[in-house]
Amino acid sequence: MSFTTVVFYILSAILLLAAFRVITAKNPVHAALFLVLSFFTASGLWMLLESEFLAISLVLVYVGAVMVLFLFVVMMLDIDIEKLREGFWKNFPLAGTIAIIMAGEMALILGSPEAGLHTYPARAPLSADFSNVRELGVLMYTRYMYATELASVVLLLAIVAAIALTQRQRKDSKAMNVSEQVAVRAVDRVRIVKMAAAPVDTAATDEDQPQA
Amino acid sequence: MELLQSYLGTQLGYVIWTLLKIVVIVAPMMLAVAYLTYAERKVIGYMQVRIGPNRVGPLGLLQPIADGIKLLMKEIILPAKSSKGLFLLAPILSIMPALAAWAVVPFTDHLVLANTNASLLYIMAITSMGVYGVIIAGWAGNSKYSFLGGMRSAAQIVSYEIAMGFALVGVLMVSGSLNLVEIVKQQGHGFAGGSILSWNWLPLFPLFLVYLISGVAETNRAPFDVAEGESEIVAGFHVEYSGMAFAIFFLAEYANMILVSAMTSLMFLGGWLSPFPASWGWLGAGSFFWMAAKMSFVLFCFLWFRATFPRYRYDQIMRLGWKVFIPVTLVWVVVLGAWMMSPVSLWN
Repeated sequence: MSFTTVVFYILSAILLLAAFRVITAKNPVHAALFLVLSFFTASGLWMLLESEFLAISLVLVYVGAVMVLFLFVVMMLDIDIEKLREGFWKNFPLAGTIAIIMAGEMALILGSPEAGLHTYPARAPLSADFSNVRELGVLMYTRYMYATELASVVLLLAIVAAIALTQRQRKDSKAMNVSEQVAVRAVDRVRIVKMAAAPVDTAATDEDQPQA
Repeated sequence: MELLQSYLGTQLGYVIWTLLKIVVIVAPMMLAVAYLTYAERKVIGYMQVRIGPNRVGPLGLLQPIADGIKLLMKEIILPAKSSKGLFLLAPILSIMPALAAWAVVPFTDHLVLANTNASLLYIMAITSMGVYGVIIAGWAGNSKYSFLGGMRSAAQIVSYEIAMGFALVGVLMVSGSLNLVEIVKQQGHGFAGGSILSWNWLPLFPLFLVYLISGVAETNRAPFDVAEGESEIVAGFHVEYSGMAFAIFFLAEYANMILVSAMTSLMFLGGWLSPFPASWGWLGAGSFFWMAAKMSFVLFCFLWFRATFPRYRYDQIMRLGWKVFIPVTLVWVVVLGAWMMSPVSLWN
């Protein structure tokens, strides 16, 4: 067994375990962290396939950004775990049957001779100067250009929609406008009044002195 | 390496050789972190007309060692209702990315542990994981102060990461590579013949500023240190930590500072390239000396910022990140694209 095969089995075992714990962990924060672990090991598997760009972007996008926001929300929510677990055993037979059917289907598809997985040749190792990023870029911006553009338009639309949803502002909100605060000048806030100094009566000031 | 391989066989020899290289990078790093804390106290001390640490050893030079020993001797207290496993995992998660990122950082054009094609992406991915240490530390301690600190920090890091990423897009556009060695080499030639003026900081000046300031925000340093706003939330996300677990958060923070300074030097200040003409002997040749000098300069700026600026208010931080930096970088990326396609492009 070569080194990569050993790494593959170790990563797969961690991935399966983490994925299993995502759905069985009692605490939602723990579940989210197990999801992070499974993303990370999945990116390790991609790294074994020499697709380092996809592996790194999986970590960058899902682990670095999406899951952080997810964790953010999960930590703030007060989730009643008992309520979530209610009716688990009642629904278990149906859910279990569906799971078994799905697993069986997958096994049948992948294991059938028509799938031809056993004849699928192992990919030749890539040369050292092969650039994943370049290949992906060339494909995305030539062959799949329209699909890429379409996807980006849809994403842009989603961003605009999300921002539009947050544009509503509560009338009683006391939030301050930072730009206005930063732009403020002393002239707007302080009025300096120049007064002529009045002559001072020396006898009066002596009496005004506080007693030591 | 041949010697090791002849004794231990090809594969094991290679593994041991790589481990040795990792030790050679990490050990000076830890020393640098220790003395960065000393430098910080001294520099800020002099800026505030004090002399800083001066009791332990000559000029107080043994102060970081004394601090380290003190923290090692202290007990690590586990809060009663904390999530114990995560509580102990959090410091590890915060120091791990800070050290792992150094795997691809080149110190000179051949002094690099792993010269990969996607090294810049790797650094962005690994450093984006650092936020987990902070969030988990904030949550696992089961304290409201630390939780607030963790939340603040997470929101801040996620926001500034976007501006940072866009600033790097500009660098990628002009260098046409994700490889840090290539990025530095590209700065070595260009319109001003590879001198200090052709480094990325000048043509990409807005991106340079955005990157530097976002770097300060990413590492939770003053004036962006709301995650540990003492006057509001005691000490922020690490309020429940003691002893070495607490010290590891500091190690991670300073290691991240050094990392950001290395990245700034590599991407905008020409890395190991020399600012002087090649005829000046060793001063004119690119070497680790120049890399270290540039990193020290950026680190000094970090300390200088801390001594100069008062802490930002939280909504001001968010505004700066989302409403100033992201538009600035987006516009500059478009301008840069047009510039590169125009006849006056500097990058042909």
